[in-house]
This record gives sequence, C-alpha cells and structure tokens, in this order.
Amino acid sequence: MRSRGWLAIAGVVVLGVALSLLLQERYHHRVLTLVFLWAAMGLSWNIISGYAGQISFGHQVFFGIGAYVTVLLVVKAGLTPWIGMAVAMAAAVLAAVLIGLPTFRLAGIYFGLATLAYPLIFRIVMDWLGYQEVAVPMVRDRPGWFMQFTDPRSFDLLALAVLAATLVLSRAIETSRLGYRLRAVKENEQAAEAMGVDAFRSKMAAHMLSAAPAAVVGAVYVHAILFIVTPEAVFGLLVISQTLVVSLVGGTGTLWGPLIGAAVMVPVSEVLDSTVGDRLPGIQGVVYGAALMLITLYAPEGLYWRVRQAWQARAARGALLSRGEIAAPAEAAAAAGPGATVLLDVRGVSKSFLGLQALADVSFEVREREILGVIGPNGAGKTTLFNVLNGFLIPDAGDVRLGGEIVTGLRPSALCRRGVGRTFQVVRTFPRLTVLENVMVGAFVRTGGVEPARGIARAALVQVGLADRAGALPAGLTTLDLRLMELARCLATSPRLVLLDEPLAGLSGDGVAVMIAVIRGVRARGATVVIIEHTLQALLRLADRLVVLDQGRRLADGAPEAVTREPAVIEAYLGQRWLARMGSPAC
Amino acid sequence: MPWAELVQYVATGLLVGGVYALMSIGLALIFGVMRVVNFAQGDFMMLGMYLTYFYAVAGAIDPLLGAVLTIPPFFVLGWLVHRGLLARVTGGGDPQRQMDAQLILTLGLSLVITNAATMILTPTPRGIRTAYATRAFALGPVLLNQARSYAFAMALVLAVAVYVFLTRTDAGKALRAAADDPEAAAYQAIDVRAMHGLAFGTGIALVAAAGGLLAAYYPIEPNVAGNFIVLMFVAVVLGGLGSIPGAFVGGLVIGLVQSLTLLVLPFQLQNTGVFIAFLLVLYLRPQGLFGRRARTV
Repeated sequence: MRSRGWLAIAGVVVLGVALSLLLQERYHHRVLTLVFLWAAMGLSWNIISGYAGQISFGHQVFFGIGAYVTVLLVVKAGLTPWIGMAVAMAAAVLAAVLIGLPTFRLAGIYFGLATLAYPLIFRIVMDWLGYQEVAVPMVRDRPGWFMQFTDPRSFDLLALAVLAATLVLSRAIETSRLGYRLRAVKENEQAAEAMGVDAFRSKMAAHMLSAAPAAVVGAVYVHAILFIVTPEAVFGLLVISQTLVVSLVGGTGTLWGPLIGAAVMVPVSEVLDSTVGDRLPGIQGVVYGAALMLITLYAPEGLYWRVRQAWQARAARGALLSRGEIAAPAEAAAAAGPGATVLLDVRGVSKSFLGLQALADVSFEVREREILGVIGPNGAGKTTLFNVLNGFLIPDAGDVRLGGEIVTGLRPSALCRRGVGRTFQVVRTFPRLTVLENVMVGAFVRTGGVEPARGIARAALVQVGLADRAGALPAGLTTLDLRLMELARCLATSPRLVLLDEPLAGLSGDGVAVMIAVIRGVRARGATVVIIEHTLQALLRLADRLVVLDQGRRLADGAPEAVTREPAVIEAYLGQRWLARMGSPAC
Repeated sequence: MPWAELVQYVATGLLVGGVYALMSIGLALIFGVMRVVNFAQGDFMMLGMYLTYFYAVAGAIDPLLGAVLTIPPFFVLGWLVHRGLLARVTGGGDPQRQMDAQLILTLGLSLVITNAATMILTPTPRGIRTAYATRAFALGPVLLNQARSYAFAMALVLAVAVYVFLTRTDAGKALRAAADDPEAAAYQAIDVRAMHGLAFGTGIALVAAAGGLLAAYYPIEPNVAGNFIVLMFVAVVLGGLGSIPGAFVGGLVIGLVQSLTLLVLPFQLQNTGVFIAFLLVLYLRPQGLFGRRARTV
C-alpha cells in the first residue's frame, strides 16, 4: 500500500516524458515546462504551508533568491548554473533559517503578515543594488553547460526532473516521522508539544526543506522562460499568486494537489494570455484571482480532496486488529505499590498573572508509582499547576525537580522527552488524524521509524482497550473513548510521570469504572500518576494521597481519609454535608 | 543637522500619515469586527480614487468633496461584497480555517480587481488638477503642501466621525459588541452578520474616501494599491490589530517613519524603514500599541 505512492510518482514521470516527446510545437513545450515548474513550486510551498500548516505569503522569496544567485554567478563569475543552482539552494536554505528564526515565534495571522515583508524587502534591495534587469548572457560555445538549450524538449525534461525530485522529497516527508510531527503541529500545536514534538524545530525543518526546491525552480525558470531577471518578476505578487492558486485549487497537504492544480490552471491561463492577452493585459491575474475566490467559496479543501471524498465512500478504515482481540483494558501485572524515592519534587512554586496570584508557594512531593490526587475548588490553581509542571508556563518563583533534575522552564516537548506525559481538561485531539495516528505522534518520542511507532501505538491502544477503534477519526468517538485515546497517546511516550487533568469529567458510572481500571493499570506498569479531579468518590478509590489547593495555596497534604476530615479542607471545598454523606454506609 | 529640515520632514510625514491613518482605520475596523485581513483594501482605495477622478472630470467636483461623495456608493459596495462573498466562507466551523479562507478570498478579490481595472481602465496614470496641489502654506520655515494639508484635515474629520459613530451611537455600540464577543452579542438580539456587513461596508467606504483624498495629489493608476497595502498592514499591526485609535496612531507613525527614512536613505528605499518597522513590531510587540494579548493555554 505504501509503495503505491512511489509507483504513482514514477507514473507521473513517465507521463511527463511521454508528453514531452509527443508535443511538437514550441509553444506547447513552453506550457508543459511551466506546468512542471509551477507544480514543483506549489509542492515546495505545500511543505511549509500544507504539511506544516504555516501559511506563507512570501514563499517567492526563495524563488527569487534562486533566480538571482544563479544568474549573478553566471554574469559575475562565469559559473555554470548547474553548480550555481546548488549555491542558490544553499543560499535559500540559509535564508529560510534566518527568516524562520524570528518569524516562527509569531502565531496565526501574524506569521502570514510577516512573510509578506521579506520579498518586498528583497525587491527594494535588488532595485537599489542596481539589479533591476539582469540578463542571462547568451553563450555560443557549449550552451548546454550554461543551461541554454535550443531544443525546448530539454527544458521540459529539466523541469520534469525538478518536479520529480520535489515529488520524491514530498513523499519522503509524508511517510516519515517528520511528516507525522508536522501534521500534529498543524492540527494542534500545544497537544503536539505536550506529546514531545518540538514544534519550532519541526517547522524550521519544514521551512528549510521547502526553500531548496523553490530556489531550484527559480533558477530553472530564469533560464527556460524569463531570460531577464527583474525584482518584480521573481519577487513579485504574481509568483506567489500562481503558487497559491496551483496549491489551493489542487489541494493542500497532499503531493497530488499541486500537480492537479498546475495541470488545470497553467494551461488555462497561458492559453488565455496568448489569445487575448494583448487586448486584455492582466487576464492572467483575473483568472488566478477568480480561481482563488471560487475555490475558497465552493471547494476550500481543493479539487483533490473534494474528488476523493465524493468518489470514495467513507468506508470504515477498518480495525487494524481483528474483532476477536480484547476490548477490555489489558490486565496489569501484580500491582506494585508506591515506592520510597521521590520522583517529582515541587518547591515553592508561585505564579501570578497581572496581579492575580494563581499559585502561591506551592510545595509537595510525589513518590514513584504513587497515585496523587489534586483537589480543590474551581480557580484554586490546579490546571495552572499542571501547566507549570508540563512546561506551558514558567513559574515566577520556585523549582520543579524530576528525578532530582531541575526541569523548571523547559518547554513541554523537552519535558515529554524526559518522561512527563499529560492529558488535558478538554481533550485535545489531532482531528484529521485517525486514532492510531494520534497515538503514533506520542510514540515518535521513543523511536524514529514509522513502523516501530505504529507498533508502540497499537500496544498503547490495547493497554487502554481501544484497539478496535484504531482506524476511526476522533470526531466519531464517545467522551470515554476520546479520553482513553488521549491517555493512550500519552502512554505511547513511555512517561515516568502522568498528569491527568480531570480524566473522569463527563463520564458515566461505567466509564468511570473503565477509566479507573486503566489508571490503575498505568501505575501497575511502573508510572507515577497525578490526577486533578472533582469526582471525589472515584478519586478516593484511586488515590494513595491527596493534595488540596485553595486560592493558589496548598491547604493540605496526606492520606485521603485524613485530608478529607481536615476542617480547613471542609471549609474551603468539601462542605459539611459531604462529610455527613461520607460518614453514611451507603457510599 | 538644521532643525528646520527635521521639522519639515516631520511635518510632511504627519500630513501624509493622516491619509494613511484614514486608510488604516478601515482595515482595523474590518479586522476588529470580523477578524478578516482584507487584502483587497488597497484595491478598493484605488477604485475610490478612480471614482473621485470621475467626479472631477464629469462634474468638476473638487477631490476633497469627491472623496466624501465616494462614501455612500462604496458603503453599499462593501456591504454587497460581504453579503455575497465573505459571509459565504465558513471554513467548516473552524475559526482558524475560516480566517485563512477569508484571507485567500480577499487575496483573490484583490487580484481580480487590480487586473480587471488594468484591463478596463488602462494602465495610463491619470491625475486631477487642482489649484492647491502645487501651492504650499508657509508656517515659519516649514512648508506644508496645500493639497496634503487639506487631505490631512479631511482625514481627521472623517476619523473623528467614525470614532463618534462607534462610541456614541447605538449602531456603533452594537458593532463593538459584535466585535468583542459575537456569541454574547447574539444573545442581546444583535444581528452579528449584519454587523459584519456594516463593518465591512464602513471599512471599504473609509478607504475609498482616503483614496479620494489621495487623488488630490497622487497619480491614479490601477496598480497603486500595491504601494499602500503594506503600509496599511503595518499601521494596523503597529496600532494593534482591531484597535481603531491604534490604527490612526499607527498611520501617523508610518507616515513619520517613511518621511524620516528619507533623511538617511535614498528615495527608492523609502519603504524599507516601514518594512523594518513592521518586522520589529511583529517580533517585539505583536499586539501593537493598543492591542490586547490573547490567552493561549
């Protein structure tokens, strides 16, 4: 099934070669070359904006760098563009790093706006440096050495080679660990971080990988089509518009999208340009603009996905394990009780938000294989505490030690790799990944390969009893299944410490029983568990110890029976009636 | 350096900034209420310039008045564009995808408008001749171009009018409510979709009026949007996405930056200072001067 993708790519190459041989007129070859080049450009954009989900409006900056560097090296140093291209690629990758470093700190719309600025800056600089028009010098002697072919077929094949290389690159990313991580970041960046994905490094990797093909496309474009490089032509709006149209019309997040988009849009616009372009200058822009508008209104996911959805009935992706497998949580080995060593040591943690003291000098310890419950009224600071333990927040004061090592201030993905796993109060799924793929994202913390990750993920699903839902999408799951999935995803990271934020919320009695059994199983396998909960009855069955928070302070700490009878705790949270009910035998 | 020269640059920058401010208010209003970054904003400005030109040629109407006369037709146009296009894009319920989709839609719209204008109106630049475009007021050693001064004054008047509308009228308050919390606004019987239409219409009308004022001293041609759209974005981000007073201040600041850049860099690099300012704001204080920081975890 996996090799089908590679076969299809080979098929595209063969088709491309066939077209190149069949077409006769020079003009048709030009259109074919443009289809290949724009498809490759769309694919390169797709790496950063489709797979990684960081929509860039300035991707043409790499195209332009590729064009200018290559041509300037020919003009100034007489360097053949075959080598110049490699230099241009390196320059583009460097630019990707320099641009990405500050820009990936921006989220959402700010990122997109920032990407607008870079090509504009380059345009101005190139103008100012005097490179308003750099012509590719005609070479009589050994023109092939300077990428100047007389036979248009040569340009076809060159462009096809670029396209093929970019297809291979895209496919390699899609099927690798990076591909899964990028999708996770795109779907839900915070959940991805909590599952050990360093979002910044993943985005940067995607950015660099997207820059290289764009530069090569730029270099080839200049030699095959432009011949004269101007800032407007290579850094201008039409380049990014064409890239966007090709990718959006075809479909993002898949390597078929830009192919389809280019095959449809480029011939249409070229034909229009050549037939009515004289009388109607700017017809290309109108066509591209209209295409963008129509696609957004009627098929925003792109033609590829729209056709696929319509053609392929949403057949159940099928259980990856037969129905005969255990549906109940796997029974744990003989339960080991809490150990003596301290795993998590929280000392004096304080955190305030603009005058609101969310946590005030909170200290407690958690021993290995202990199940610790954290309770308290709403607004006590419980989730804030988890956000500190997990790396989403940096405390104003205090330390967190994991296994003796100070871990305060580490980002969530780093903490995950050190063995801190977490589930969220509101389940954070990767909506367009299947259950199995969701869990695999966690598994990638422990392995680099896709197959081993799949194995780890399956095992985690078996452990929580969700094996038969492996192929489902999160949208179709019950609350219990969603929470079990999130837990399985967390378990796939092989955590030493598991932070569960209200795992029982929204569950009925049966669900609570299942969840409790699973949590006990987690501890039995050697992990330490800290649970925030409001469902006291259930927590009392589960927890070895309780910590009570109120208004950011630690109110009590100790065995459940003792803590729940402390007057301060009753006053702040439990209430006298609860105490009375607890005393009665009917609980 | 001679102080008079510095003051001159500052004065020119502020005058120019006033018109930028008016352009940017429209963009900020649209973003603040609808969370849409309207890429086509500059193109509507361009259309406003052409309409003002038409008023001048056909009716001998002074561009300063013509600018005001662009407001009604462009309000209607904006309303229709929203109703017919933007309101149809939902992104499947996911707000982030909706924002992305609306952004792409306005980008497409921008391409269509610019290129259709090139086809229909031809790329030949046009200009409106006014008596005051070539005259200047003398304020001590400082010269203030009359056209720019009048444009600045009109821009101020319109900006104040918008401010009064937003803060003193019921419709304006409903608009702000819809911007702050669409769900709560809906529960208060505020038609949020109509508010979006109102915001978009007003935003387009304002930028068209700004174009009209610009036409008093700037050449009119189909590609003029490209020169100003980034300036508008910078001004709005500098002020804080969604803040109207912020956008106004941002526009003035951008005018100043552009003007002061000329002290150190040649004319072609005039906008470099603006782009660098843009990047600096995005990195150092993305919420801008008056914007609000959103909670993330």
